[in-house]
Amino acid sequence: MERGVLGQIVVLFGTLSLIAVGGANVLVPEIHRQAVGVMGWMDDATFARLLAIVQTAPGPNVMLASIIGWHVAGLPGLVVATIAILLPSSLIAFICSRGLARFSDRSAVKIMTVALVPIALGLMLASGLVATIAAAAGLLGFAITAATMLMTLRTSLNPLVSMLAGTLVYLAAWLLGFV
Amino acid sequence: MAQPEPPESVVHAPGLAELFSGFLKIGLMGFGGVGPIARHVIVTERRWLDDRDYARLLGVCQALPGANTVNAAVMIGDRYRGAAGALTCVVALMAAPLLCLVALATLYDAVADKPWAQVALTGAAASAAGLITGTAARLLTRAELAIWGWALAGAAFLAVGVFRQPLLTTLLVLIPVAIVAATLAARRR
Repeated sequence: MERGVLGQIVVLFGTLSLIAVGGANVLVPEIHRQAVGVMGWMDDATFARLLAIVQTAPGPNVMLASIIGWHVAGLPGLVVATIAILLPSSLIAFICSRGLARFSDRSAVKIMTVALVPIALGLMLASGLVATIAAAAGLLGFAITAATMLMTLRTSLNPLVSMLAGTLVYLAAWLLGFV
Repeated sequence: MAQPEPPESVVHAPGLAELFSGFLKIGLMGFGGVGPIARHVIVTERRWLDDRDYARLLGVCQALPGANTVNAAVMIGDRYRGAAGALTCVVALMAAPLLCLVALATLYDAVADKPWAQVALTGAAASAAGLITGTAARLLTRAELAIWGWALAGAAFLAVGVFRQPLLTTLLVLIPVAIVAATLAARRR
């Protein structure tokens, strides 16, 4: 059973590593679809909470894979998921690092970048939508999501500050009996 | 495959220990995304690359799959110290964040059944969703996309976010279209 789960983790995140155009933030909908839907590893709320923990921690957001690995199979799950999400894309970067000096076809790189940017941004927005729905925090939750979104859009406030504010507001509303 | 040459403008090519300490710092200080702090350490503080080289490197990293900073770590490590350098940089970058994540996950497991912890994390989850949406909106407003860019961004958003289609299928359809559009746009200029 345990071995089967670790195998699933390797296949899932190893594949996602290769298609994470524009970084890990584009992966939220697919990881959600797989972890909550296909694999049935967790419910919506748990997924949203794990995502929130990753946003709180320092470091690249690919660690969403790590914490899902942790949730599903403990420390071995975390290690396996982290290596699976990092290794394939890193090997590609390594090969490109070696090949780049030779090919050095910068117009091809430029066209690829220009082509991928809109897709990556659309996917990132999709990640936001999926995270919003998964959070399942009711009307007040939507208000907090909207307020955090506006703060991120309009100010260059440290993201930890807006996360702390949202958390405290929701906690306060709960203590007062509103949620 | 030859190991790429370090650029001439660099004051001093880092050894493994310096690469390790630099990327350890990037990982440690990169709350809410490692992009800005990575640039600060690599260009301003350690002077491993100048601005132009860093921008070029980042451009390549963005065209590749995977987290940009992880890709940058691989490429900078390889540029100065080969495969051992690449491995050193990635391990250094991930070490502190992963330890931090294990600590947070352990804490989460310890309090997960307490109602207040559930409530706090639900609030945090709502904020995190806003953070991602806001970052995406911010980047979209600043990307100066052409009409075809907006169409592709919209298609990606609808396919994956609204209709919940698999990412792989979506990319297999959208990337070829995007490459054709970007090529045509580049020619017209």
